Amino acid sequence: MKKQLLLVAIATTLGGTLMAGSVQAATLDDVKSRGHVQCGVTSGLPGFSQPDENGNWTGIDVDTCRAVAAAVFGSADKVQFTPLTAKERFTALQSGEIDILSRNTTWTLTRDASLGLNFAGTNYYDGQGFLVSKSLGVDNAEQLDGATICIQAGTTTELNLADYFRTKGMKFNPLVFDTSEQTVSGFAAGRCDVLTSDRSQLAALRSKLEDPSSAVILPNIISKEPLGPVVRQGDDQWFNIVKWTLFVQINAEELGVTQANVSDMKSSTNPEIQRLLGTTGDMGEKLGVPADFGFRIIQTVGNYGEMYERNVGPDTPLGLDRGLNALWNNGGIMYAPPVR
Amino acid sequence: MFVFQTLALATVFWFGWTLFHNTLSNMESRGISTGFGFLDETSGFGIIMSLIPYDSTMTYGRTFFVGLLNTLLVSAMGVVAATIIGFVVGVARLSSNWLIAKLALVYIETIRNIPLLLQIFFWYFAVLQTLPSPRQSLDVADMFFLSNRGLYFPTASAEPGFGWVMAALIVGVAAAVFVHRWAKKRQFRTGQLFPALRVGAVLILALPLLMFVLVGRPLVWEMPSLTGFNFTGGASILPELAALWIALSLYTASFIAEIVRSGILAVNRGQTEAASALGLRSSFTLRLVVIPQAMRVIIPPLTSQYLNLVKNSSLATAIAYPDLVSVFMGTTLNQTGQAVEVVAITMAVYLTISLIISGLMNIYNRAVALQER
Repeated sequence: MKKQLLLVAIATTLGGTLMAGSVQAATLDDVKSRGHVQCGVTSGLPGFSQPDENGNWTGIDVDTCRAVAAAVFGSADKVQFTPLTAKERFTALQSGEIDILSRNTTWTLTRDASLGLNFAGTNYYDGQGFLVSKSLGVDNAEQLDGATICIQAGTTTELNLADYFRTKGMKFNPLVFDTSEQTVSGFAAGRCDVLTSDRSQLAALRSKLEDPSSAVILPNIISKEPLGPVVRQGDDQWFNIVKWTLFVQINAEELGVTQANVSDMKSSTNPEIQRLLGTTGDMGEKLGVPADFGFRIIQTVGNYGEMYERNVGPDTPLGLDRGLNALWNNGGIMYAPPVR
Repeated sequence: MFVFQTLALATVFWFGWTLFHNTLSNMESRGISTGFGFLDETSGFGIIMSLIPYDSTMTYGRTFFVGLLNTLLVSAMGVVAATIIGFVVGVARLSSNWLIAKLALVYIETIRNIPLLLQIFFWYFAVLQTLPSPRQSLDVADMFFLSNRGLYFPTASAEPGFGWVMAALIVGVAAAVFVHRWAKKRQFRTGQLFPALRVGAVLILALPLLMFVLVGRPLVWEMPSLTGFNFTGGASILPELAALWIALSLYTASFIAEIVRSGILAVNRGQTEAASALGLRSSFTLRLVVIPQAMRVIIPPLTSQYLNLVKNSSLATAIAYPDLVSVFMGTTLNQTGQAVEVVAITMAVYLTISLIISGLMNIYNRAVALQER
């Protein structure tokens, strides 16, 4: 009896001290000592983050993480991916399980202000749309009164959908699944008439259908969905690294620096390119990463435009035009502050 | 001894307090908002099925009750169905008819050895989703419609005068209870049997029916009809609810069947033999001699099965049935980000439900337990 009590006492003391010891450390130091960036992604969304048959992850969200790894380590391979559902993602980031959440996550006030998170920019400007079966004969979302709608749990789309139908005075039946794969199987099985999500996701999910041409994406866009990488609040250094990694990629596209010509560009006389690639100035030092971090990012991942074309652009199965995601001087709204 | 117990208690409290305090201070240092204020905020999302009025302009607190009631609904339906199926199969397992006994055996061994989640998926994706679309739904007399949107059936709403029918029903029930008591007394006195059950059933059914016709059928039926995408009017059972209900009932019933069998086998053979020696028919032997004694063995493990069923109903989230875990711990948690609070509330709810069930079953157990004098 005595022995048991002693054991209990020791166990609880140990437990207590362990928990008390979880004081926040700088993410950059953690990442460096671990040797890789831990990145939270979707469990499988073509174009954004999906593993291939060899377990290699590809997608625009994946490349965003690889670029950060390139900035920190000079190598885009020093990153490991944690597949998360929409429901799990914020808890995983809050608890420190991952360093970056790059999982087509919409930037909203509530998430920014009350979850203890910071949005480090936008790597894809999206909007919510509707996917319907062609046989339904619907060509506008305003004809969807009374429809059953498949939707993923824990997303902003759940809220937008309710707002949209209420303001239009229409009724709907929301069928809420945990993962986007389940929403597709619900839609494919005919359990719901409509699948709603961000339009880029709809394009990706449509490509998963047995016969993609049997479904159409309606023209209506009912929300603004700026998607981007997220980090924990309270670590400004790490926040800056992730933010400026994306900005460097956007600036590189604007300056015409590509994966192919980046080595030649190192000898460029353009002061903006020199600062971007770290041949002059101490931009990297200010962020706490190697001086040539810009060069490493472009060399291993490419500029924003290349990242877009490779994963979701017109030549991919998703076939998405640049649209809003074109550079600001090219009809879009992609705009990055200067590297200076 | 007393010192050690105090010490142990203090350690437990200290442990709990450290846990609580650390969580709070860590969350504060990470800029995560805490507290239960979010329950009064507008939810802004829709829920497919609600037993109380709900729309997206109501609060997160309301979503809690919507989810809770949906959990209680499927649990209650499951407990009733599992008990009935379990008792039937358990008795069938002991049947002297070889085929019936073996069929019951196959049922039990198959169902209880396959993971419940797989069974839920089976019923949802393999069985219910093969139903036709609403436009090709199977209908019975233009009143019942079965499609992959669920089973739609007419609902009745009462008109003035329906109160009389309800009154007749109450009178009928009271009369049936009276007849039952009188029959029992008479049996004690004279030994003669009176078909109290049948007479009671007739009383309960016939009196309200008679009144219903007398006051001019005060009910309006609302038929489901296909408009646009789906049926409107009437009421429906969602495929998600049906799949979850079937899977939970069949799964738990297979365990209950074994419990019932063990209970019946626990009754000494001598009891059955004595009953037949007295000339009791086998149905009477089962009802009056075996089952009452078997219940004492059955009730405690049966309680555990009920608790399992309620907790297993949280698997609803896998097939989009809006139970407490799916609605409150899923969407509400995610939209508010209040993980610690929401998980704590949800855990407290399951604990409370389980304790209430245990309490009720303990009361019943005490009532049927052997009274030793």
